[in-house]
Amino acid sequence: MSARNPGTGKDEAGAEPARGRSSLSRRGLLRGAGWLGAVAALFGGGTALARQAVDTAAVSDSVADLFQKHYKKMSREEMQEAIARIERRAKRDFDVAIHVGNEPPLENVVFGYAISLSRCKGTRRCVEACMAENNTSRDSQIQYIRVLELDHGETNLTNADPYYDGENVPRKGKWYIPIQCQQCENPPCVKACPVQATWKEPDGITVIDYNWCIGCRYCQAACPYWARHFNWNDPKLPADEVNVDTHYLGNRPRRRGVMEKCTFCIQRTRKGRQPACLEACPTGARIFGNLLDPNSDIRYVLENKTVYRLKEDLGTEPKFWYFAD
Amino acid sequence: MGAIFRFFWDALRTIFRGGPLYWLWLLVLIALVAIGALHYREQWEHGLIVTGMSDQVSWGAYIANFTFLVGVAAAAVMLVIPAYIFDRNDVREVVLIGEGVAVAAVVMCMLFVTVDLGHPERFWHLLPYIGVFNFPQSMLAWDVVVLTGYLFLNLSIPFYILFTRYRGREPDLRIYYPGVLISIAWAISIHTVTAFLFSSNVSRPFWDTAVLAPRFLASAFTSGPALIVLALQVIDRFTAFKVRDEVIAFLAIVVTVALQVNLFLLGVEFFTEFYFASEHTAYARFLFFGLAGHRALVPWIWTAIAFNLIAVSILSVHPLRRRRTLLNAACALTVVGVWVEKGVGLIIPGFTPTPLGEVFDYVPTRVEILVSIGIWAFGFLVFTLLAKVAIPIETGAVTHALDDAERRKAAQAGRVTA
Repeated sequence: MSARNPGTGKDEAGAEPARGRSSLSRRGLLRGAGWLGAVAALFGGGTALARQAVDTAAVSDSVADLFQKHYKKMSREEMQEAIARIERRAKRDFDVAIHVGNEPPLENVVFGYAISLSRCKGTRRCVEACMAENNTSRDSQIQYIRVLELDHGETNLTNADPYYDGENVPRKGKWYIPIQCQQCENPPCVKACPVQATWKEPDGITVIDYNWCIGCRYCQAACPYWARHFNWNDPKLPADEVNVDTHYLGNRPRRRGVMEKCTFCIQRTRKGRQPACLEACPTGARIFGNLLDPNSDIRYVLENKTVYRLKEDLGTEPKFWYFAD
Repeated sequence: MGAIFRFFWDALRTIFRGGPLYWLWLLVLIALVAIGALHYREQWEHGLIVTGMSDQVSWGAYIANFTFLVGVAAAAVMLVIPAYIFDRNDVREVVLIGEGVAVAAVVMCMLFVTVDLGHPERFWHLLPYIGVFNFPQSMLAWDVVVLTGYLFLNLSIPFYILFTRYRGREPDLRIYYPGVLISIAWAISIHTVTAFLFSSNVSRPFWDTAVLAPRFLASAFTSGPALIVLALQVIDRFTAFKVRDEVIAFLAIVVTVALQVNLFLLGVEFFTEFYFASEHTAYARFLFFGLAGHRALVPWIWTAIAFNLIAVSILSVHPLRRRRTLLNAACALTVVGVWVEKGVGLIIPGFTPTPLGEVFDYVPTRVEILVSIGIWAFGFLVFTLLAKVAIPIETGAVTHALDDAERRKAAQAGRVTA
């Protein structure tokens, strides 16, 4: 394997000390398991016995993960335990205390997004901010936003360049279009999933239960916007780059073999904040808000600008619009 | 109950009795299965990254083989219909072989889907009551239902027939006829559902065509019987089971007509794609002529079409088709041709270009190829063992009664030596 992807092997080796460091004293205290802490103190942080004790906790967590129920079927207690396991795992993997929230959708809110194509200059700042915010794998470069560069007058995506050089943008004679999950009102991915591991929330966001996804990738085949991304290997994330403010259905650290996607930064937007991509945009091309609020920015755009949606003919009803100023 | 235990005991004994050629064959298959398993272990350890698949082309060799094999499984119906609806006794003699092919094919299908999963240990999420099954919304959920049902049908009906024969009785048609009728409809359904799995995706214009299900059935009914023609001759040569020439001749006609229809439907697709090429023609262009300098599939699809054209030329001329060597050559060409057309030629162009217009070449890796070979070997192993048990029961060489006699003989021999 290392022959095919040398980066992977190196990262794995690099992750090892972090796992060792997270050993006992800290973990034991966290769980309040006093005797574990005592054992750790007796033998000193890094002894074999102490490490074995940590692994036992990891194994019992893995077993519990194996039998974890669907997000919507878990009781309050089961949900809390599931969240505690995720937080423990993050502690083990990154030695970072993350917070996994489970904020419900806000009342009378359906989110919508719009991008001004006249303002977008193809800087890809949104892509960088998105990766940092959403804890996406760095080595496999999972990116929820794909910015395409096209010649002026060209609208056929087959002639677009997604790998354009982002240094000297905007380039002469080019225009740019960022594409991410369009949060369809009629999402083909949700229909496709054989186990209902992905669904549309009441606030219009299509989410994934990463613990329920079986990794068949049928949703990926069904998505017309190339918005769903698969973890082909163990996601790699440097410990110092972990965003600790997470949501269960959003940016909590993922595992290998599951799908992930843009959630309109559910961990932010359900708390009244703007998505990370919007905040990062240097040209102010991005507009986000509540479609049900007549005074929102997004409603202003829809009512006063000429807007269009991608692949409208498919009947997916995106809640994502493009417009020109 | 005792009879059932004895049946399985005798089945097990039959499996372990065979000549050197039989053991050599088993050994080769087991070795290939082991190689496949070892490489699956590599995939299990590192994830699907060890395959050639990517976000761009997210299904590859595994799903291609799956699709082809669902067709092979469905093709058993081409023996069941003449045997039971048209009462052809000569075909009825070999119908169990066809059902054995179906069982082996469905088992391979299930394995190919399993190795394609990111989390195979979560398969229980698909089970009714304990999991959450997205039925009837998801076509993949439908596929799970129809494939499982088809496996059950093709295990239970032959089991009833063999078990009755084993006990020296004649199977009662009234008991299993309803099952036969259901299995006929079911066979059509498994391949229709598999076609719908693809054609239901508005995101993939290459698959999003109503002719896909008819094409799937036509290619299944040519490649499946072609495979059975070859299998029957192998069985005829190496076992006591004799296959009548009429059966081969009949299947050859099925292969011929279905291949003609399949090529017609391919032509229909070709015309519709290219007469007035739209943006949606990009996928077909990638397959047949290459797109933006990417021509990986071009030699494959034209080889497949050439194979199918040579085969149909042989098969459509009576004197040529009647010559066994030519028939076998045509059948082999058909199997390979359809495998390429329906596997590589269907899955990969569906993903190329991506919905955002990217053309990305998929190349299967060593792991993918060896795991696939391992699954094929496992399928051959399943079929070999099923045939090994079924044939002596069918020919009357292994029965309940004979077993008693043998047992007495063994007991007497034991007394003598004692």
